[in-house]
Amino acid sequence: MFRLHSDGNKTMERLFDLAETPLRELNQALHDCLPDDATSVWRIVNPKGEHAVACGIDTPAEVQIQGHVGYYCAGMNKQAHVIIHGNAGTGVAENMMSGLVRVKGNASQSAGATGHGGLLVIEGNAAARCGISLKGLHIVVHGSVGHMSGFMAQKGVLVVCGDAGHALGDSIYEAKIFLKGKADELGADCVEKNMAEEHLTFLAALLETAEVNEDPATFRRYGSARSLYNFDIDDADAFS
Amino acid sequence: MCGITGLFLKNRELTKDLGALFEPMLLQMSQRGPDSAGFAIYRDPTSAPRIKVVLQSSDPAFDWQELAAVLQASLDPDLTITPIHNHCLVLLAADEATFKQALAQSLKALPSPPALTRDPVNIVSIGRHIEIYKEVGTPQDVATCFGLSEMAGSHAIGHTRMATESAVTTAGSHPFSTGRDVCLVHNGSLSNHNWLRRNLISQGAVFTTDNDTEVAAQYFDIKLQQGASLEEAMTSALGDLDGFYTFCIGTSNGFAVLRDPIACKPAVMAETDDWVAIGSEFRALAELPDIGHAEIWEPEPAVPYLWENALDVPLAL
Repeated sequence: MFRLHSDGNKTMERLFDLAETPLRELNQALHDCLPDDATSVWRIVNPKGEHAVACGIDTPAEVQIQGHVGYYCAGMNKQAHVIIHGNAGTGVAENMMSGLVRVKGNASQSAGATGHGGLLVIEGNAAARCGISLKGLHIVVHGSVGHMSGFMAQKGVLVVCGDAGHALGDSIYEAKIFLKGKADELGADCVEKNMAEEHLTFLAALLETAEVNEDPATFRRYGSARSLYNFDIDDADAFS
Repeated sequence: MCGITGLFLKNRELTKDLGALFEPMLLQMSQRGPDSAGFAIYRDPTSAPRIKVVLQSSDPAFDWQELAAVLQASLDPDLTITPIHNHCLVLLAADEATFKQALAQSLKALPSPPALTRDPVNIVSIGRHIEIYKEVGTPQDVATCFGLSEMAGSHAIGHTRMATESAVTTAGSHPFSTGRDVCLVHNGSLSNHNWLRRNLISQGAVFTTDNDTEVAAQYFDIKLQQGASLEEAMTSALGDLDGFYTFCIGTSNGFAVLRDPIACKPAVMAETDDWVAIGSEFRALAELPDIGHAEIWEPEPAVPYLWENALDVPLAL
Protein backbone atom coordinates (compact mmCIF):
# COMPACT_ATOMS: atom_id res chain seq x y z
CA MET A 1 0.00 0.00 0.00
CA PHE A 2 2.74 2.45 0.98
CA ARG A 3 6.40 2.27 0.20
CA LEU A 4 8.03 3.11 3.51
CA HIS A 5 11.70 2.50 3.03
CA SER A 6 14.09 3.67 0.41
CA ASP A 7 14.56 1.04 -2.24
CA GLY A 8 18.29 0.69 -1.68
CA ASN A 9 19.28 2.68 -4.76
CA LYS A 10 19.30 5.99 -2.95
CA THR A 11 22.99 5.97 -2.26
CA MET A 12 23.90 9.54 -3.08
CA GLU A 13 23.32 12.12 -0.41
CA ARG A 14 22.59 15.78 -1.04
CA LEU A 15 23.22 17.91 2.02
CA PHE A 16 21.45 21.24 2.58
CA ASP A 17 22.49 23.30 5.59
CA LEU A 18 19.71 25.81 6.16
CA ALA A 19 22.09 27.88 8.30
CA GLU A 20 23.89 28.63 5.02
CA THR A 21 21.52 27.85 2.15
CA PRO A 22 18.34 29.94 1.77
CA LEU A 23 15.15 27.91 2.17
CA ARG A 24 13.86 28.97 -1.25
CA GLU A 25 16.95 27.44 -2.84
CA LEU A 26 16.27 24.11 -1.16
CA ASN A 27 12.59 24.06 -2.08
CA GLN A 28 13.35 25.11 -5.66
CA ALA A 29 15.93 22.30 -5.99
CA LEU A 30 13.33 19.82 -4.72
CA HIS A 31 10.75 21.17 -7.19
CA ASP A 32 13.25 20.95 -10.07
CA CYS A 33 14.10 17.34 -9.22
CA LEU A 34 12.74 15.00 -11.88
CA PRO A 35 11.60 11.50 -10.92
CA ASP A 36 14.57 9.93 -12.74
CA ASP A 37 16.98 12.03 -10.67
CA ALA A 38 15.32 11.29 -7.38
CA THR A 39 17.78 8.62 -6.47
CA SER A 40 19.54 10.56 -3.76
CA VAL A 41 18.75 11.12 -0.12
CA TRP A 42 18.19 14.79 0.63
CA ARG A 43 19.53 15.59 4.08
CA ILE A 44 18.50 18.94 5.57
CA VAL A 45 20.29 20.21 8.66
CA ASN A 46 19.70 23.27 10.88
CA PRO A 47 16.01 23.81 10.02
CA LYS A 48 15.68 25.75 13.33
CA GLY A 49 11.91 26.04 13.13
CA GLU A 50 11.79 27.51 9.61
CA HIS A 51 8.39 27.45 7.92
CA ALA A 52 7.51 25.62 4.69
CA VAL A 53 10.53 23.31 4.67
CA ALA A 54 10.31 20.71 1.86
CA CYS A 55 6.94 21.93 0.62
CA GLY A 56 5.35 21.07 -2.70
CA ILE A 57 7.58 18.15 -3.64
CA ASP A 58 6.35 16.05 -6.58
CA THR A 59 9.03 13.40 -7.02
CA PRO A 60 9.86 10.10 -5.26
CA ALA A 61 12.73 11.58 -3.26
CA GLU A 62 13.73 10.67 0.29
CA VAL A 63 14.10 13.76 2.47
CA GLN A 64 15.61 13.54 5.95
CA ILE A 65 15.19 16.69 8.06
CA GLN A 66 17.47 16.81 11.10
CA GLY A 67 15.77 19.03 13.67
CA HIS A 68 12.57 20.89 14.49
CA VAL A 69 10.55 22.54 11.73
CA GLY A 70 7.99 25.39 11.72
CA TYR A 71 4.67 25.62 9.89
CA TYR A 72 3.48 23.59 6.89
CA CYS A 73 6.49 21.31 6.57
CA ALA A 74 6.05 18.85 3.69
CA GLY A 75 2.82 20.56 2.71
CA MET A 76 1.21 19.37 -0.55
CA ASN A 77 3.67 16.49 -0.65
CA LYS A 78 3.39 14.13 -3.63
CA GLN A 79 5.37 10.87 -3.86
CA ALA A 80 8.26 11.90 -1.59
CA HIS A 81 9.14 10.36 1.77
CA VAL A 82 9.83 13.15 4.23
CA ILE A 83 11.18 12.18 7.65
CA ILE A 84 11.33 14.91 10.31
CA HIS A 85 13.78 14.05 13.10
CA GLY A 86 12.23 16.51 15.53
CA ASN A 87 8.96 18.33 16.21
CA ALA A 88 6.77 19.91 13.57
CA GLY A 89 4.80 23.17 13.83
CA THR A 90 1.29 23.95 12.65
CA GLY A 91 -0.05 22.16 9.56
CA VAL A 92 2.62 19.54 8.95
CA ALA A 93 1.84 17.64 5.70
CA GLU A 94 -1.21 19.82 5.12
CA ASN A 95 -2.99 18.95 1.90
CA MET A 96 -0.54 16.14 1.12
CA MET A 97 -1.47 14.08 -1.92
CA SER A 98 0.65 10.92 -1.68
CA GLY A 99 3.92 9.54 -0.31
CA LEU A 100 4.93 9.45 3.33
CA VAL A 101 5.55 12.06 5.99
CA ARG A 102 6.92 10.81 9.31
CA VAL A 103 7.37 13.08 12.35
CA LYS A 104 9.69 11.51 14.91
CA GLY A 105 8.66 14.02 17.60
CA ASN A 106 5.40 15.86 18.31
CA ALA A 107 3.24 17.77 15.85
CA SER A 108 1.42 21.03 16.54
CA GLN A 109 -2.13 21.81 15.51
CA SER A 110 -3.84 20.92 12.21
CA ALA A 111 -1.44 18.09 11.32
CA GLY A 112 -2.42 16.55 7.98
CA ALA A 113 -5.18 19.12 7.43
CA THR A 114 -7.19 18.50 4.23
CA GLY A 115 -4.77 15.70 3.22
CA HIS A 116 -5.87 13.84 0.08
CA GLY A 117 -3.67 10.76 0.11
CA GLY A 118 -0.54 9.01 1.35
CA LEU A 119 0.46 8.32 4.93
CA LEU A 120 1.32 10.68 7.79
CA VAL A 121 2.88 9.07 10.86
CA ILE A 122 3.38 11.09 14.03
CA GLU A 123 5.49 9.18 16.54
CA GLY A 124 4.75 11.59 19.41
CA ASN A 125 1.54 13.47 20.11
CA ALA A 126 -0.44 15.74 17.82
CA ALA A 127 -2.16 18.90 19.11
CA ALA A 128 -5.61 20.25 18.29
CA ARG A 129 -7.45 19.68 15.01
CA CYS A 130 -5.34 16.76 13.78
CA GLY A 131 -6.75 15.58 10.44
CA ILE A 132 -9.20 18.48 10.13
CA SER A 133 -11.16 18.23 6.87
CA LEU A 134 -9.37 15.03 5.92
CA LYS A 135 -9.95 14.05 2.27
CA GLY A 136 -8.30 10.66 1.93
CA LEU A 137 -4.97 10.79 3.76
CA HIS A 138 -4.22 8.10 6.34
CA ILE A 139 -2.86 9.47 9.64
CA VAL A 140 -1.35 7.28 12.37
CA VAL A 141 -0.52 8.98 15.68
CA HIS A 142 1.50 6.89 18.15
CA GLY A 143 0.51 9.20 21.01
CA SER A 144 -2.57 11.33 21.66
CA VAL A 145 -4.40 14.02 19.70
CA GLY A 146 -5.89 17.34 20.88
CA HIS A 147 -9.41 18.69 20.65
CA MET A 148 -11.51 18.78 17.47
CA SER A 149 -9.41 16.17 15.71
CA GLY A 150 -11.03 14.76 12.59
CA PHE A 151 -13.33 17.81 12.37
CA MET A 152 -15.43 17.57 9.18
CA ALA A 153 -13.21 14.75 7.92
CA GLN A 154 -14.63 13.58 4.60
CA LYS A 155 -12.52 10.60 3.61
CA GLY A 156 -9.44 8.82 4.90
CA VAL A 157 -8.38 7.38 8.24
CA LEU A 158 -7.21 8.76 11.58
CA VAL A 159 -5.62 6.21 13.92
CA VAL A 160 -4.84 7.35 17.46
CA CYS A 161 -2.95 4.98 19.76
CA GLY A 162 -3.33 7.26 22.79
CA ASP A 163 -6.26 9.46 23.81
CA ALA A 164 -8.26 12.13 22.00
CA GLY A 165 -9.36 15.57 23.25
CA HIS A 166 -12.82 17.12 23.16
CA ALA A 167 -15.15 16.92 20.16
CA LEU A 168 -13.44 14.05 18.37
CA GLY A 169 -14.79 13.68 14.83
CA ASP A 170 -17.17 16.63 15.08
CA SER A 171 -19.38 16.88 11.95
CA ILE A 172 -17.48 14.00 10.40
CA TYR A 173 -18.44 12.73 6.93
CA GLU A 174 -17.10 9.40 5.66
CA ALA A 175 -13.63 9.29 7.22
CA LYS A 176 -12.87 6.51 9.73
CA ILE A 177 -11.39 7.04 13.19
CA PHE A 178 -9.69 4.25 15.15
CA LEU A 179 -8.96 5.15 18.78
CA LYS A 180 -7.19 2.97 21.34
CA GLY A 181 -7.52 5.24 24.38
CA LYS A 182 -10.36 7.45 25.51
CA ALA A 183 -11.94 10.49 23.91
CA ASP A 184 -12.76 13.37 26.27
CA GLU A 185 -15.99 13.68 24.30
CA LEU A 186 -17.26 12.75 20.85
CA GLY A 187 -18.19 15.64 18.56
CA ALA A 188 -21.59 16.23 17.02
CA ASP A 189 -22.74 13.35 14.77
CA CYS A 190 -19.70 11.18 15.64
CA VAL A 191 -20.59 7.75 17.00
CA GLU A 192 -18.88 4.49 17.85
CA LYS A 193 -19.26 1.78 15.22
CA ASN A 194 -18.65 -1.96 15.25
CA MET A 195 -15.21 -3.40 14.46
CA ALA A 196 -15.90 -5.98 11.76
CA GLU A 197 -13.31 -8.40 10.42
CA GLU A 198 -12.61 -6.12 7.45
CA HIS A 199 -11.80 -3.24 9.81
CA LEU A 200 -9.44 -5.39 11.89
CA THR A 201 -7.65 -6.55 8.76
CA PHE A 202 -7.38 -3.02 7.38
CA LEU A 203 -6.13 -1.59 10.69
CA ALA A 204 -3.59 -4.40 11.17
CA ALA A 205 -2.06 -3.64 7.77
CA LEU A 206 -2.00 0.11 8.42
CA LEU A 207 -0.40 -0.29 11.87
CA GLU A 208 2.25 -2.53 10.41
CA THR A 209 2.98 -0.08 7.62
CA ALA A 210 3.23 2.74 10.16
CA GLU A 211 5.54 0.59 12.28
CA VAL A 212 3.31 0.65 15.33
CA ASN A 213 3.31 -2.39 17.57
CA GLU A 214 -0.34 -2.39 18.67
CA ASP A 215 -3.08 -5.02 18.62
CA PRO A 216 -5.87 -3.87 16.27
CA ALA A 217 -8.43 -5.59 18.52
CA THR A 218 -7.73 -3.02 21.26
CA PHE A 219 -9.02 -0.13 19.10
CA ARG A 220 -12.56 1.19 18.78
CA ARG A 221 -13.93 2.53 15.52
CA TYR A 222 -15.78 5.84 15.20
CA GLY A 223 -17.54 7.43 12.28
CA SER A 224 -20.49 9.50 11.16
CA ALA A 225 -24.05 8.89 12.37
CA ARG A 226 -24.96 10.61 9.05
CA SER A 227 -27.70 12.63 10.70
CA LEU A 228 -26.10 16.03 10.07
CA TYR A 229 -25.39 15.95 6.39
CA ASN A 230 -28.48 14.14 5.16
CA PHE A 231 -31.68 16.04 4.62
CA ASP A 232 -34.44 14.88 6.96
CA ILE A 233 -37.94 15.31 5.56
CA ASP A 234 -39.15 16.22 9.07
CA ASP A 235 -36.98 19.35 8.87
CA ALA A 236 -38.65 20.53 5.64
CA ASP A 237 -40.52 23.32 7.45
CA ALA A 238 -37.24 24.95 8.40
CA PHE A 239 -36.52 25.58 4.70
CA SER A 240 -39.98 26.69 3.54
CA MET B 1 -0.92 38.03 14.09
CA CYS B 2 1.62 39.30 16.69
CA GLY B 3 4.51 37.40 18.27
CA ILE B 4 5.20 36.82 21.92
CA THR B 5 8.34 35.73 23.70
CA GLY B 6 9.31 35.12 27.29
CA LEU B 7 12.49 33.96 28.99
CA PHE B 8 12.78 33.08 32.67
CA LEU B 9 16.23 32.23 34.00
CA LYS B 10 16.88 29.58 36.61
CA ASN B 11 20.69 29.79 36.49
CA ARG B 12 22.25 32.90 38.06
CA GLU B 13 25.24 32.68 35.69
CA LEU B 14 22.99 33.55 32.76
CA THR B 15 21.38 36.66 34.28
CA LYS B 16 24.08 38.99 32.94
CA ASP B 17 23.24 37.72 29.44
CA LEU B 18 19.43 37.98 29.67
CA GLY B 19 19.18 40.76 27.09
CA ALA B 20 21.66 39.08 24.75
CA LEU B 21 19.66 35.83 24.91
CA PHE B 22 16.31 37.58 24.66
CA GLU B 23 16.92 39.99 21.77
CA PRO B 24 17.30 37.24 19.11
CA MET B 25 14.05 35.68 20.37
CA LEU B 26 12.22 38.96 19.84
CA LEU B 27 13.80 39.55 16.42
CA GLN B 28 12.81 36.07 15.22
CA MET B 29 9.18 37.15 15.74
CA SER B 30 9.55 40.21 13.46
CA GLN B 31 7.47 38.70 10.65
CA ARG B 32 4.60 38.11 13.07
CA GLY B 33 4.62 41.73 14.22
CA PRO B 34 6.56 44.33 12.24
CA ASP B 35 4.74 47.52 13.33
CA SER B 36 5.76 47.90 16.99
CA ALA B 37 7.64 46.00 19.64
CA GLY B 38 8.28 46.12 23.34
CA PHE B 39 9.64 44.22 26.26
CA ALA B 40 9.46 44.07 30.03
CA ILE B 41 12.67 43.28 31.83
CA TYR B 42 12.77 42.33 35.50
CA ARG B 43 15.97 43.40 37.22
CA ASP B 44 17.54 45.44 39.97
CA PRO B 45 14.72 45.35 42.51
CA THR B 46 14.53 48.48 44.64
CA SER B 47 14.23 48.30 48.43
CA ALA B 48 10.99 49.67 49.84
CA PRO B 49 9.95 52.45 50.00
CA ARG B 50 11.84 53.11 46.76
CA ILE B 51 10.06 52.29 43.49
CA LYS B 52 11.08 52.50 39.87
CA VAL B 53 9.04 54.01 37.11
CA VAL B 54 9.57 54.06 33.36
CA LEU B 55 8.15 57.16 31.69
CA GLN B 56 7.77 57.82 27.98
CA SER B 57 7.30 60.98 25.97
CA SER B 58 6.36 61.21 22.30
CA ASP B 59 8.13 64.60 22.25
CA PRO B 60 11.78 63.88 21.42
CA ALA B 61 12.80 67.23 22.91
CA PHE B 62 11.10 66.64 26.25
CA ASP B 63 13.35 67.86 29.08
CA TRP B 64 13.58 65.04 31.63
CA GLN B 65 16.00 67.02 33.81
CA GLU B 66 13.43 69.74 34.22
CA LEU B 67 10.76 67.24 35.28
CA ALA B 68 13.20 65.58 37.66
CA ALA B 69 13.97 68.91 39.34
CA VAL B 70 10.26 69.59 39.94
CA LEU B 71 9.71 66.07 41.32
CA GLN B 72 12.80 66.32 43.54
CA ALA B 73 11.43 69.52 45.04
CA SER B 74 7.93 68.19 45.57
CA LEU B 75 8.39 64.48 46.27
CA ASP B 76 11.84 63.06 46.88
CA PRO B 77 15.16 64.99 46.84
CA ASP B 78 17.00 61.68 46.17
CA LEU B 79 15.03 60.96 42.96
CA THR B 80 17.30 59.90 40.09
CA ILE B 81 16.63 59.66 36.38
CA THR B 82 18.21 57.71 33.51
CA PRO B 83 16.88 58.74 30.09
CA ILE B 84 16.92 55.84 27.57
CA HIS B 85 15.90 56.88 24.02
CA ASN B 86 12.48 58.55 24.52
CA HIS B 87 11.86 56.68 27.79
CA CYS B 88 13.18 57.63 31.19
CA LEU B 89 13.85 55.37 34.18
CA VAL B 90 13.03 57.13 37.45
CA LEU B 91 14.02 55.83 40.90
CA LEU B 92 12.43 57.42 43.93
CA ALA B 93 10.89 56.81 47.33
CA ALA B 94 7.08 57.00 47.11
CA ASP B 95 4.08 54.76 46.71
CA GLU B 96 2.57 54.32 43.26
CA ALA B 97 -0.53 56.44 43.85
CA THR B 98 1.41 59.35 45.35
CA PHE B 99 3.84 59.29 42.43
CA LYS B 100 1.03 59.33 39.85
CA GLN B 101 -0.55 62.32 41.55
CA ALA B 102 2.78 64.16 41.88
CA LEU B 103 3.63 63.50 38.23
CA ALA B 104 0.34 65.00 37.03
CA GLN B 105 0.92 68.12 39.16
CA SER B 106 4.59 68.42 38.17
CA LEU B 107 3.74 68.37 34.46
CA LYS B 108 1.54 71.43 35.03
CA ALA B 109 4.30 73.13 37.04
CA LEU B 110 7.15 72.74 34.52
CA PRO B 111 9.09 76.02 33.98
CA SER B 112 8.81 75.58 30.21
CA PRO B 113 5.43 74.06 29.20
CA PRO B 114 5.80 70.84 27.16
CA ALA B 115 5.23 71.00 23.40
CA LEU B 116 2.61 68.24 23.63
CA THR B 117 -0.37 69.54 25.54
CA ARG B 118 -2.10 66.14 25.72
CA ASP B 119 -0.27 63.32 27.53
CA PRO B 120 3.21 64.89 27.33
CA VAL B 121 4.48 62.01 29.49
CA ASN B 122 3.05 58.53 29.97
CA ILE B 123 3.79 55.97 32.67
CA VAL B 124 4.94 52.79 30.90
CA SER B 125 5.69 50.71 33.98
CA ILE B 126 5.73 51.14 37.71
CA GLY B 127 6.85 48.76 40.43
CA ARG B 128 9.98 47.56 42.20
CA HIS B 129 11.32 45.05 39.64
CA ILE B 130 9.77 45.80 36.26
CA GLU B 131 11.00 48.07 33.47
CA ILE B 132 9.04 48.24 30.21
CA TYR B 133 10.37 49.73 27.00
CA LYS B 134 8.14 49.81 23.92
CA GLU B 135 7.88 51.77 20.73
CA VAL B 136 6.50 51.90 17.22
CA GLY B 137 8.95 50.48 14.66
CA THR B 138 10.52 47.19 13.68
CA PRO B 139 11.58 44.89 16.51
CA GLN B 140 15.22 45.42 15.46
CA ASP B 141 14.89 49.22 15.72
CA VAL B 142 13.12 48.99 19.05
CA ALA B 143 15.63 46.54 20.55
CA THR B 144 18.54 48.66 19.35
CA CYS B 145 17.24 52.03 20.53
CA PHE B 146 16.79 50.75 24.08
CA GLY B 147 19.99 48.65 24.14
CA LEU B 148 18.14 45.42 24.96
CA SER B 149 21.12 43.15 24.26
CA GLU B 150 23.15 44.85 27.03
CA MET B 151 20.52 44.38 29.73
CA ALA B 152 20.90 41.95 32.63
CA GLY B 153 17.95 40.59 34.58
CA SER B 154 16.06 37.57 35.87
CA HIS B 155 13.26 37.35 33.31
CA ALA B 156 11.87 39.16 30.29
CA ILE B 157 8.58 39.23 28.37
CA GLY B 158 8.41 40.59 24.82
CA HIS B 159 5.97 41.31 22.04
CA THR B 160 6.05 42.12 18.34
CA ARG B 161 2.83 43.71 17.16
CA MET B 162 0.67 43.53 14.05
CA ALA B 163 -2.16 45.82 15.10
CA THR B 164 -5.74 44.69 14.52
CA GLU B 165 -7.91 46.13 17.29
CA SER B 166 -6.52 49.65 17.80
CA ALA B 167 -4.08 52.24 16.50
CA VAL B 168 -0.35 51.73 15.92
CA THR B 169 0.99 53.90 18.75
CA THR B 170 3.50 53.56 21.55
CA ALA B 171 0.64 53.36 24.04
CA GLY B 172 -1.02 50.62 22.00
CA SER B 173 2.18 48.54 21.97
CA HIS B 174 2.73 45.68 24.38
CA PRO B 175 3.60 44.83 27.13
CA PHE B 176 0.71 46.43 29.00
CA SER B 177 1.19 47.13 32.65
CA THR B 178 -1.19 48.58 35.17
CA GLY B 179 1.31 48.73 38.00
CA ARG B 180 2.55 46.52 40.81
CA ASP B 181 5.17 44.83 38.62
CA VAL B 182 2.56 42.95 36.57
CA CYS B 183 2.61 43.06 32.77
CA LEU B 184 0.88 41.25 29.97
CA VAL B 185 1.56 40.46 26.32
CA HIS B 186 -1.14 39.07 24.07
CA ASN B 187 -1.40 37.31 20.74
CA GLY B 188 -5.01 37.28 19.62
CA SER B 189 -8.08 39.46 19.98
CA LEU B 190 -10.76 39.66 22.64
CA SER B 191 -14.35 39.84 21.45
CA ASN B 192 -16.00 41.01 24.70
CA HIS B 193 -13.50 43.73 25.61
CA ASN B 194 -15.98 46.64 25.45
CA TRP B 195 -18.31 44.93 27.89
CA LEU B 196 -15.40 43.96 30.14
CA ARG B 197 -13.98 47.50 30.01
CA ARG B 198 -17.28 48.99 31.25
CA ASN B 199 -17.42 46.35 33.96
CA LEU B 200 -13.82 47.04 35.09
CA ILE B 201 -14.35 50.83 35.04
CA SER B 202 -17.21 50.32 37.48
CA GLN B 203 -14.72 48.50 39.71
CA GLY B 204 -12.32 51.44 39.62
CA ALA B 205 -10.05 50.67 36.65
CA VAL B 206 -8.69 53.64 34.69
CA PHE B 207 -7.98 53.01 30.97
CA THR B 208 -5.53 54.90 28.80
CA THR B 209 -6.20 53.25 25.38
CA ASP B 210 -8.98 51.54 23.39
CA ASN B 211 -6.85 48.42 23.18
CA ASP B 212 -8.34 45.01 24.01
CA THR B 213 -5.12 43.82 25.66
CA GLU B 214 -5.22 46.68 28.15
CA VAL B 215 -8.60 45.29 29.22
CA ALA B 216 -7.01 41.92 29.94
CA ALA B 217 -4.14 43.59 31.84
CA GLN B 218 -6.63 45.53 33.99
CA TYR B 219 -8.66 42.38 34.50
CA PHE B 220 -5.68 40.49 35.95
CA ASP B 221 -4.60 43.50 38.00
CA ILE B 222 -8.04 43.90 39.60
CA LYS B 223 -8.30 40.16 40.33
CA LEU B 224 -4.85 40.23 41.99
CA GLN B 225 -5.76 43.34 44.00
CA GLN B 226 -8.93 41.57 45.17
CA GLY B 227 -6.70 38.89 46.66
CA ALA B 228 -6.74 36.20 43.98
CA SER B 229 -3.51 34.32 43.28
CA LEU B 230 -2.23 34.59 39.72
CA GLU B 231 -3.33 31.01 39.09
CA GLU B 232 -6.83 31.78 40.40
CA ALA B 233 -6.97 34.92 38.25
CA MET B 234 -6.01 32.89 35.18
CA THR B 235 -8.66 30.27 35.94
CA SER B 236 -11.38 32.91 36.26
CA ALA B 237 -10.12 34.61 33.07
CA LEU B 238 -10.96 31.42 31.16
CA GLY B 239 -14.61 32.05 32.02
CA ASP B 240 -14.67 35.84 31.72
CA LEU B 241 -12.51 36.64 28.68
CA ASP B 242 -14.04 35.74 25.33
CA GLY B 243 -11.92 35.61 22.21
CA PHE B 244 -8.58 34.36 21.05
CA TYR B 245 -5.55 34.65 23.21
CA THR B 246 -2.18 33.33 24.11
CA PHE B 247 -1.11 35.44 27.10
CA CYS B 248 2.26 35.70 28.72
CA ILE B 249 2.05 37.44 32.08
CA GLY B 250 5.10 38.76 33.92
CA THR B 251 5.19 39.26 37.68
CA SER B 252 7.91 40.38 40.08
CA ASN B 253 8.91 36.80 40.77
CA GLY B 254 7.98 34.84 37.68
CA PHE B 255 5.87 34.44 34.59
CA ALA B 256 2.75 32.66 33.47
CA VAL B 257 1.22 31.43 30.21
CA LEU B 258 -2.44 30.96 29.33
CA ARG B 259 -4.12 29.93 26.08
CA ASP B 260 -7.83 30.12 25.34
CA PRO B 261 -9.78 26.84 25.05
CA ILE B 262 -9.86 26.94 21.23
CA ALA B 263 -6.09 27.55 21.09
CA CYS B 264 -5.82 28.96 17.55
CA LYS B 265 -3.02 31.28 18.63
CA PRO B 266 0.24 29.39 18.70
CA ALA B 267 2.70 28.85 21.53
CA VAL B 268 5.74 26.65 22.04
CA MET B 269 7.51 26.24 25.36
CA ALA B 270 10.91 24.84 26.23
CA GLU B 271 12.67 24.18 29.50
CA THR B 272 16.14 23.15 30.63
CA ASP B 273 17.77 23.21 34.08
CA ASP B 274 18.88 26.77 33.29
CA TRP B 275 15.79 28.46 31.82
CA VAL B 276 12.14 28.30 30.75
CA ALA B 277 11.07 30.00 27.52
CA ILE B 278 7.97 30.64 25.46
CA GLY B 279 7.68 31.74 21.86
CA SER B 280 4.83 32.01 19.38
CA GLU B 281 6.91 29.74 17.16
CA PHE B 282 9.82 27.39 17.75
CA ARG B 283 12.21 29.55 15.74
CA ALA B 284 12.10 32.11 18.58
CA LEU B 285 13.70 29.47 20.81
CA ALA B 286 16.06 27.91 18.29
CA GLU B 287 19.22 29.74 19.41
CA LEU B 288 18.81 29.37 23.18
CA PRO B 289 21.71 27.62 24.94
CA ASP B 290 21.41 23.84 25.00
CA ILE B 291 18.07 23.92 23.13
CA GLY B 292 19.04 20.53 21.70
CA HIS B 293 18.51 18.98 25.14
CA ALA B 294 15.50 21.06 26.19
CA GLU B 295 12.10 19.62 26.92
CA ILE B 296 9.87 21.16 24.26
CA TRP B 297 6.08 21.15 24.31
CA GLU B 298 2.99 22.99 23.23
CA PRO B 299 1.06 24.42 26.20
CA GLU B 300 -2.37 22.82 26.53
CA PRO B 301 -5.45 24.93 25.83
CA ALA B 302 -7.15 26.40 28.94
CA VAL B 303 -4.40 25.23 31.30
CA PRO B 304 -2.55 27.87 33.39
CA TYR B 305 1.25 27.50 33.41
CA LEU B 306 3.22 29.32 36.09
CA TRP B 307 6.88 29.70 37.03
CA GLU B 308 7.84 31.54 40.20
CA ASN B 309 10.78 32.20 42.53
CA ALA B 310 12.72 34.37 40.13
CA LEU B 311 16.38 34.98 40.89
CA ASP B 312 17.14 38.19 42.73
CA VAL B 313 19.32 40.09 40.29
CA PRO B 314 21.34 42.71 42.21
CA LEU B 315 21.33 46.38 41.43
CA ALA B 316 23.70 47.12 38.59
CA LEU B 317 22.71 50.70 37.83
